[in-house]
Amino acid sequence: MIRFIVRRLLQLIPTLFGLSILLFIWLRRLPGGPETAILGERGTAEMRAQIRANLGLDEPILVQYGRFMQRMLKLDLGTSISTKREVTTEFLERFPGTVELTVTAMIIAIGVGIPLGYLAARKRGSLLDSLSVGGSLIGICVPVFFLAYVLKAVFSENLHLFPSSGRQDPTIGATRITNFFVLDGLMTREWDAALDALWHLILPGIALASIPLAIIVRITRASVLEVLSEDYVRTAQSKGLTERTIRSRHILRNAMLPIVTVIGLLTGGLLSGAVLTETVFAFSGIGAFLYEAISNRDYPVLMGFIMIIAIFYVLVNLLVDFSYSLIDPRVRVR
Amino acid sequence: MPLLDVKDLSVTFSRRGQRTVRAVDGVSFAVEAGEVVGLVGESGCGKSVTSLALMGLLPKQKGVTIGGSAMFGDTDLLQTDERSMRDIRGRDVAMIFQDPLSSLNPVVPIGIQVTEVLTRHRGLTGEAARKEAVELLNRVGIPDPSRRLKEYPHQLSGGMRQRALIAMAVACAPKLLIADEPTTALDVTIQAQILELLRELVRESGTALIMITHDLGVVAGMCDKVNVLYAGRVIESARRKPLFADPRHPYTNGLLGSVPRLDSGKGERLHAIRGSVRDVLPWPDGCAFAPRCDQRVEACVGEPPALVEDIHRHAYRCVNPESRTAEVPS
Repeated sequence: MIRFIVRRLLQLIPTLFGLSILLFIWLRRLPGGPETAILGERGTAEMRAQIRANLGLDEPILVQYGRFMQRMLKLDLGTSISTKREVTTEFLERFPGTVELTVTAMIIAIGVGIPLGYLAARKRGSLLDSLSVGGSLIGICVPVFFLAYVLKAVFSENLHLFPSSGRQDPTIGATRITNFFVLDGLMTREWDAALDALWHLILPGIALASIPLAIIVRITRASVLEVLSEDYVRTAQSKGLTERTIRSRHILRNAMLPIVTVIGLLTGGLLSGAVLTETVFAFSGIGAFLYEAISNRDYPVLMGFIMIIAIFYVLVNLLVDFSYSLIDPRVRVR
Repeated sequence: MPLLDVKDLSVTFSRRGQRTVRAVDGVSFAVEAGEVVGLVGESGCGKSVTSLALMGLLPKQKGVTIGGSAMFGDTDLLQTDERSMRDIRGRDVAMIFQDPLSSLNPVVPIGIQVTEVLTRHRGLTGEAARKEAVELLNRVGIPDPSRRLKEYPHQLSGGMRQRALIAMAVACAPKLLIADEPTTALDVTIQAQILELLRELVRESGTALIMITHDLGVVAGMCDKVNVLYAGRVIESARRKPLFADPRHPYTNGLLGSVPRLDSGKGERLHAIRGSVRDVLPWPDGCAFAPRCDQRVEACVGEPPALVEDIHRHAYRCVNPESRTAEVPS
């Protein structure tokens, strides 16, 4: 098992190496450059050249890449061109917000999606089944920002049940340790701060959960339907087992593999930031910042953020592969 | 009073826009305690549906209609609600299925699949359940049972898997065991071992057994009584010896004739029944077997033949039966 994990982590190295080359070339191929973002349309050719030289962008691309790799190996991601702050600092400040939002959204999507998909499959053809299948179709179709605006208008602006923006009420003056606001609140025992941060997560979490929820409902339903026709479910019934045992041990456990796969992919996707949701709720995660960095051609931020996100993506999927072996002994790894 | 008395069991499947299928059409038979009763027939004759109906395992949905009665002691298995059926299944009536690999849950260790029955019906948990499971695996001839408990179905051979399934079925010493083609998916040598095991279990525990099979060899080796099914109806019913020595229905005769024999003459052709099970006449229009029957006469079509019983309690549903070849005391 440990060998498997180590091997997978070692596989990360060539993956990241390849990704860094692709990214490097791709970013520098984008029309315009950081100098355009800084100077706007009016800058003279000399001013542009000056800025490019200052940033080291006038050198051959191989030299630039070499310098980037040198820094990378020292775990130094460089400085943002637009904010002049360390990329690592920017990341550590924003990524926790994205993680909190992702976790909230996935808890909602999994917590609602799996039971709903299971019930839809068990009561195939019923009203509940039609509603959840139809509802999940709507969930996939409705644009996330639209849902976000509706949620905000109804639950925050009209009913005042939830805060409309931000990650926490600044007047609380919460202590920061990890930048995971909920976690910080728990660690410092500032319960009100933790609760307030949690409260801020609900609406954006629901908005972000809509598509993963719809996908999980559908995949669960399909997977459970397939398992229901298996002989071993009939065997379990013929033993007179209770509904609960049949459901958890014989149906859901076997139906779990495809569901877990999809959950892994969805989580990885959400971790790369949710620009629209973050924008609507003025939630400071990496999504909006990355978007900004793309328009500013902020090469160091883009390189650094995307590389780290890639690492997390691989880690999440490693976790998924690992959970396969817990679910199904036939894919147990060595 | 017999242990199980099935009267006029019928199962129909109907789907909107499709012809209604009468999978089982007025089947009656009885099983005495400790007796082995065979239900024999080709695929599609209704034998598996019969067993699922008795277990209450047919899908409970619109379009599935079950009629008749199946008295098991004082309870009618066909009228019992799901809740009480759960108490009966696995404890009083247990079932063994055809394909041992697909009938076992691939992601749960054998041990848990055995102990869950013990926990459910006998209230055994923890070490007591484990001990009993070892005992059960031992009884069905699985070597090194304590190690096997931790293993998964894919780690066992086909014969071991079927033994494990049998262990689960006999875990609560049921009064009635239904075996639905328990040897079909196994190698011939393993088949013999499994049949021997079933025979032993029946003899030792006095469990009654309904043996569902298309294999007349299995019937000859095990059953006390035999019911031959065709197109959802019993077409011949007798004790084993008279059935084999003196089959009256042309279909039974055909089945027996289609078994290769070592003592038949060299170059002698194997007898095959013409056509397939799909070439049936709907029962109300006459004998369902008529389209395939070599002994067909005019009277076969028009009205369904009744099940008549002769003095040897040998019943058959045929207007032009095979002539009696030997006088066999039953």
